[in-house]
Amino acid sequence: MASQSSDFQTLSRRYTADKGFRAFIQKGMSGYYKKRDQNKANFQDWQGARDLAAEIKYEAINHLDKYLLEFEEKITARGAKVFWAQNAEAAREYILKVAKENNVHSIIKSKTMTSEEIHLNDALEKQGFGVVESDLGEYIVQLRKEAPFHLVFPAMHLTRRQISDLFQKELGSEPTDEPEKLTMIARDIMRRKYCEADMGISGTNFAIAETGMISITENEGNARLTTSLPKIHVALLGIEKVLPKLEDLSLFLPMLATAGAGQTMTCYNTMYAGPRQLGEPDGPEQMHIVLLDNRRTELLADAEQRDSLGCIRCGACLNICPIFKNVGGYSYGTTYGGPIGSVITPHLRGLKDWKHLSAASSLCGACTEACPVKIDLHHHLLQNRRNGAKTAPNPLEKISFGGFSLMMGHPSLYRLASGLGRIFQPLQGLVNGTILDPLRSWTDSRKLPTLAPQSFHEQWKKQRNRKL
Amino acid sequence: MNGGRAIILGRIREALRNNPAPRPHTSHSQSEAAADHNGHAQREWLPKVGETLPERIDLFAKISEGLTTEFQRVPTMSAARHLITKLATESQWKKIGSHSHQDVDALLEEIELPIVRTEKGYAINDLESCDAGITGCDVLVAQTGGIMVSVESAGGRALSVLPPHHVVIARTSQMVPDLTAAFEHVKQKYGKQFPSFLSFITGPSRTGDIERILVLGAHGPKRLTVILLD
Repeated sequence: MASQSSDFQTLSRRYTADKGFRAFIQKGMSGYYKKRDQNKANFQDWQGARDLAAEIKYEAINHLDKYLLEFEEKITARGAKVFWAQNAEAAREYILKVAKENNVHSIIKSKTMTSEEIHLNDALEKQGFGVVESDLGEYIVQLRKEAPFHLVFPAMHLTRRQISDLFQKELGSEPTDEPEKLTMIARDIMRRKYCEADMGISGTNFAIAETGMISITENEGNARLTTSLPKIHVALLGIEKVLPKLEDLSLFLPMLATAGAGQTMTCYNTMYAGPRQLGEPDGPEQMHIVLLDNRRTELLADAEQRDSLGCIRCGACLNICPIFKNVGGYSYGTTYGGPIGSVITPHLRGLKDWKHLSAASSLCGACTEACPVKIDLHHHLLQNRRNGAKTAPNPLEKISFGGFSLMMGHPSLYRLASGLGRIFQPLQGLVNGTILDPLRSWTDSRKLPTLAPQSFHEQWKKQRNRKL
Repeated sequence: MNGGRAIILGRIREALRNNPAPRPHTSHSQSEAAADHNGHAQREWLPKVGETLPERIDLFAKISEGLTTEFQRVPTMSAARHLITKLATESQWKKIGSHSHQDVDALLEEIELPIVRTEKGYAINDLESCDAGITGCDVLVAQTGGIMVSVESAGGRALSVLPPHHVVIARTSQMVPDLTAAFEHVKQKYGKQFPSFLSFITGPSRTGDIERILVLGAHGPKRLTVILLD
């Protein structure tokens, strides 16, 4: 198997070399930075709000069993069914079963990263169920048979020209370079789908224990239509998304909007407490909550990194990350990209295959600063490096660091090594940066500092002898 | 059937047992106390809202402008009726959706268009072909320029999102300062009998999915009008 690590290297090299692409991503982000900062400034105290959000998440995650049970009891009493899925397979099978039992013909989805995580669309399509993504960005990447590029902005890597070509090819629409016209093409198609679909699948941003509700944040209205018109609503919910109280949303909704999209509030923030109730005119007859573990409990067991379960998937850490902005979303090869993805993927999918992601960081800490719930992201990246070195050491690294610490612990060895270094450096200069250079991975793009003819230690000794 | 309930709960309890996580690094000493809160503590941090009703209405109007919500203040119901008739003529409405609601019914008294009423159920295609959906609301939120709707106040789930123009009628007594007050309001109003759907609508539907350029009317209404009756 070509390793995940070498895939990352190949892709990140390719994207980083593409200056036009990097400039395009930067341009896309620039409007967000401005609006995000304006909205942060509207808060009386953004840092205070972050503290409180972190405290509420701490309370919820550290009493997860209590709040999940409260949530389950309350929403079940309202007529929803709660299915506890240990892994992706269990979640997929349950949803397939619901679709088959209800003789479902057409499925519409609103944006849910959790469904990407469990590869739901593939499973539904293999069983003959047509699935359409209704979020505009998700629909575009679905037509391209791609995964989302970014947690919040799935199609931010594509130009309007590419999207127009795609629509022309896949939908037979007229070419246009106006984002508005492109949006209206998707709107018209989706309108028909909403009216026909008999199952709507959504994600969940927050679950409220106190009142037994799920809360969905969006801008387009597609999630509202997905959860209003079809007769069955299936909501995917990671176990970590529960909040204790309804009023907690008065903090989290504006913070998610500000950190995620630079908005005061997103356009629609909707709370659903069960399927259609007696006497209500519309809404689904059935509501199924698929509560997904899928190794989140492994992350929970790691007390040091447990706070990363507080993630509200706003994408702020991706937007600020110097690595993400250069290598882009696809290099990671994960459902969740950027700093948060590099922290949690080793827990969700195995440290051995995914520890390299933690090395793809300059440890600048911008992600930690940007995180609205104060996840200690860059320290977690360091901890993953440490854990990776412990459980799956790289033999070459082990030898070189062993040698290095031996040298640093023994002055005589240090003097010998620097003496040898001074002798061999001119020889290295002859092959600098070429394939023959043993230090090529460093000298490829950087200069090797020249060793001083005399070390400080030697100069010190000489000076002192002279004085004496 | 509830899948791996016992196993997952067991794993959660095992993970948390005798294994405390470090507390978050917070700079505010009061934040520990604030975690045991009723939503009032956050008012210290969230965007500021004026003390008086006129200040709150001004804030709502200012935010509405940024959101391209069409905010209209009217002194009387007859002025509101005049406004809706004007809207209907200008926008060439042919059919509208509405629901049983005191203020909505009063507003539409002089409208002579076919009306799809949602309160007793409706055909999806019939509502989809309406030019506008006219609803009431639970509260208006000054802090965010938001409108809180529910099954009860907005004629179900779809009336306020399916037609391309959403018109909301509200009274100044429905203006609350912030989201916390909106939640308090619904708790008081519904007790434990919450409607199955509650939503904050903050501006007309929008997307930035193509080159991060703002387009209004992605899937929901392209226009949102709020008529505020003094």
